[in-house]
Amino acid sequence: MNAPNAVDVHGLHVRYGRVEALQGLDFSLPRGTALGIVGPNGSGKSTLLKAVAGLVKPSEGTVRVQGSAPGKLAPGTIGYVPQVEDVDWQFPVSVRDVVTMGRYPRIGPFQRFSAHDHSAVARAIDALDLGAIADRHISELSGGQQQRAFVARAIAQEPLLLLLDEPTTGVDAATEEALLLLVRGLVADGLPVLMTTHDLDRAPEWFDRLIVVDRKILADGTPDTVLESGAYAGIREHTHTHGHHR
Amino acid sequence: MPGFASTRTRTDTTASVDGLLAPFQESFMQRAFVVALVVGALCSAMGTYVVLRKLSFIGDGLAHASFAGIAIAYLRGANFYAGAATATILTALAIGFVHRRAKVSLDTSIGVLFTAAFALGVFLMSRSPRATVDLQSFLFGSILGVSAGDVATVVGLGLAVALVVAALWRPLLYTSFDPVVAQAAGVRVPLVDYALLVVLAITIIVSLQAVGIVLVAALLVTPAAAASQLTRRFIPMMSLATVFGVLSTVGGLYASYELHASSGATIVLLATLIFFLALAVSAARRPRRAL
Repeated sequence: MNAPNAVDVHGLHVRYGRVEALQGLDFSLPRGTALGIVGPNGSGKSTLLKAVAGLVKPSEGTVRVQGSAPGKLAPGTIGYVPQVEDVDWQFPVSVRDVVTMGRYPRIGPFQRFSAHDHSAVARAIDALDLGAIADRHISELSGGQQQRAFVARAIAQEPLLLLLDEPTTGVDAATEEALLLLVRGLVADGLPVLMTTHDLDRAPEWFDRLIVVDRKILADGTPDTVLESGAYAGIREHTHTHGHHR
Repeated sequence: MPGFASTRTRTDTTASVDGLLAPFQESFMQRAFVVALVVGALCSAMGTYVVLRKLSFIGDGLAHASFAGIAIAYLRGANFYAGAATATILTALAIGFVHRRAKVSLDTSIGVLFTAAFALGVFLMSRSPRATVDLQSFLFGSILGVSAGDVATVVGLGLAVALVVAALWRPLLYTSFDPVVAQAAGVRVPLVDYALLVVLAITIIVSLQAVGIVLVAALLVTPAAAASQLTRRFIPMMSLATVFGVLSTVGGLYASYELHASSGATIVLLATLIFFLALAVSAARRPRRAL
C-alpha cells in the first residue's frame, strides 16, 4: 500500500528562452502536508507552482502529481489560485458564478449540475464567508474579497492538491486570518497544499514544511529549523527591499 | 419579382393587413425569414463568446477567408457550403495553430491569413469572365435567393452548432473567463479553443447568404455588445443577445422588403440601432446606480 506522494519533483529545470528560472529541484509533498515556498522575487517560486500545475513544461526533469504527469490527471485534481488573477473584471459573472466554475471541470457534456455540485459551491461560499456578497458582480469586490472568491472557486472544485501563489499578498488582515484557518483545516482533513509566500515570520503557523527557493532549493525542513538555519537571512533582506514593488 | 406588384396594387379594405403580411405570403420570403431567424439566433448567441473573448477581428477574418472556398466552389460548380466550410474551417484551425506555435500575436496571424485567403478568392474570381455579377451577392448576401435546400442546410448546421454549444458551454465559459486556472484544473483548453473556432466558422458560413462576407462580423458582434450594456450576467447576456439578433435579422428583412433596400445592410443597420438604444438605456440607468 504505497500510495504515491501528492507531488514528486525530480531534477526540475524550467527555461524561458535563455533564462533558466529553475535549475534542478527535488522535493516531495506527502498527503496532509502544507509546504511553504519562500524566496526573493524572480526566484522561480511562481514558476515552480506553474510547473506542478502543468502550465509550464519542464525543460528537464519530471513533475508527478498523484503519480501522474499534471496534464494526464483526471479533471478537477488540481486547484490553482494564481498570484495575480489576469481576468477581465467586466466579465458578466457574479461571485457565485465564479465559485460555481470550480465545479465545471468535473461536469461532463450535457451533465446536469447535481445536488453535490450545489452543496460544494455553497460550502465553499460559506468557508470563505462570501455569503453576503455572493450575488455581487466581480468588479464590485475589494482585493481581499476577490482573493477569497478565487480561493473559494478552488475549494468548490474539491481538489486533491491545492496550489496557492502568494494568497496573502495585498489582502486585508481579516482575509489573511480566514485563509490561514481554512488552509490549516483543509490540511488537517488530508489535503496537500503547496503555497508561496513572502511572509517568513508567520511561516510556522502556516506550514508543516518550508523550502527556500532561489532557482534551486537552498533549504528544506520544518519552518523553525529553516528560519533558524539562516538560509533565509540574505533572502529576507532582498524580499523586504523589493517585495512591495510587484 | 411579379409578386411585389400584385400585392401592392390592391385597394380593397383588407389592403393594409394584406400589405403588412405581404412579405410572408411569398415563398421566397418565407424561406428568407426562416434563414433570418436561424442566422439571427445563431450569430448573436455565438457572438456572446466572440465579444467576451474579444474575438471580433476573428469573425471578420473568417468571413473574408471563406471567400477563397466560395470562389473555388463557384468556378468548379461545386457546393457553396462545402467550399465555404473547407476554406473557413481550415483558416480557423490555421489561425489557432499559428497563434499557439509561432510567436505571432493572434491579431497579426489573423491579419496575415484572412487577407491572403480573401485575396486568393478575388484572384480566382477576377480570372473568370462571368464572375463579376455574382461577386456582389457573395460580398453583401442574397437572402432572397435561398433555395429550399439552402434552408435545410442552414437549419441543419444551426442545430449542429447549438448541440456543440449545449455540450461545451461550461468549458467555453470557464476558458473565456480564466483559461489559465481552467487548464490547471484539467479543462482541455486548446481543444475547447479549437472547437470554438470551428463552431464559429460554421456560424459564419451559415450567415453568409443572409448578410454576406462584409457584414457578417456585425451580426456576430453588435447584438452581443448591445446585450452587454444591459446585463452583467452571462446567461441573461446570451439570451438578450439572441433576442436582439433575431429582432435585427427578421425585422431587418421585413423592413428591407418594405423599403426596397438591401436586406443585409438593413439587418446590420437595425442591429446597430438596437445597440445605440441599449447604450442609451445603459447610460440613463448609470446615475441611479451610483447613488
